[in-house]
Amino acid sequence: MSLASESADLARPLGSDLARAEPSLAGVEDYLALLKPRVMSLVVFTALVGLLVAPGHVHPVIGFTALLCIAIGAGASGALNMWYDADIDAVMTRTAKRPIPAGRVQPGEALAFGATLAVFSVAALGTLVNWLSAALLAFTIVFYVFVYTMWLKRSTPQNIVIGGAAGAFPPVVGWAAVTGDVSLAPVLMFLIIFFWTPPHFWALSLLKSDDYARAGVPMLPVVSGLEETRRQILIYSIVLLPIGLSPTLFGFAGLVYGAVALVCGAMMVALSWRVWRERSGPASPSAARKLFAFSLLYVFVLFAALLIDHELIKFGLLR
Amino acid sequence: MNPQVNEDRIVLTVEQQRRRRGRSIAIALSLGLFVVLIYAVTVVKLGPAVMIRPL
Repeated sequence: MSLASESADLARPLGSDLARAEPSLAGVEDYLALLKPRVMSLVVFTALVGLLVAPGHVHPVIGFTALLCIAIGAGASGALNMWYDADIDAVMTRTAKRPIPAGRVQPGEALAFGATLAVFSVAALGTLVNWLSAALLAFTIVFYVFVYTMWLKRSTPQNIVIGGAAGAFPPVVGWAAVTGDVSLAPVLMFLIIFFWTPPHFWALSLLKSDDYARAGVPMLPVVSGLEETRRQILIYSIVLLPIGLSPTLFGFAGLVYGAVALVCGAMMVALSWRVWRERSGPASPSAARKLFAFSLLYVFVLFAALLIDHELIKFGLLR
Repeated sequence: MNPQVNEDRIVLTVEQQRRRRGRSIAIALSLGLFVVLIYAVTVVKLGPAVMIRPL
């Protein structure tokens, strides 16, 4: 028994986990993993596009600061999510190797890390950029941690539909960092990510429904079955097509973006149709896997097209 | 992997020392970046006028 364990016996009546904590085994890479870097890359990219397509000028240093704060805020949300969901993560194959269930990071470390970064990112964005973007970032973190992670995820199959709002906010925060307000254009960017989230996550949940069932997470395939999930994926993908086109339809983007959004939206519908049609056999998981992979590409390509289109119009190369 | 107990203090394993050192370096770099960031934002927001003030 280590000294830490012995002293824990004395401290146990206080109920403090920290008193029983062994010296940390966490490496820098474990703390980076708590930030969910892959999710962060999507957040940073969409926020960057929101920032660059916003009207007005922002100094590169201020723009970089805004992006850094948004990235850290997103990372803080990820760390707090991993802290709260460690019990679920431990029983799911996809997440069992995350730092907390793997035992490399103590829950208290993740909580302190996430809470510190959350407060820091909002305070820094407010003082160094502007307070509207800071308020939006704070709302995003609070929504993701308290509304999605602590409430919706364990209570309703609509968890990722409503919770998807948290992932849709970064371009709005980026826009607000430049303009200090929110108009129709960032709302359209919000809606694209919001309606993209259900087919994206449900494609994954079709592949991992056993995992979610074992963990007791009421994902749509667990509660309503695979058939209903496939139907919902198709419906959301069809709704996503005109929403993806909306920046061009509302005159906020040009035809280059419109063409890309049309092709990518049609691909989403086609792949979702295949998921709906291939209900059994080896082609079924393959169809879901292809939709999941393409959906990742979809959001990156659409936002990249939005940025390129904006730059072409700005330099007079496109009307 | 558990630390050894040496009389009244914990002796970290080599691996624990290595990881603690990594964390310490990461914190130092983060603080350094933060200082540079605050400096750069201050210069950008206030401009050259930062040095012009009544004595």
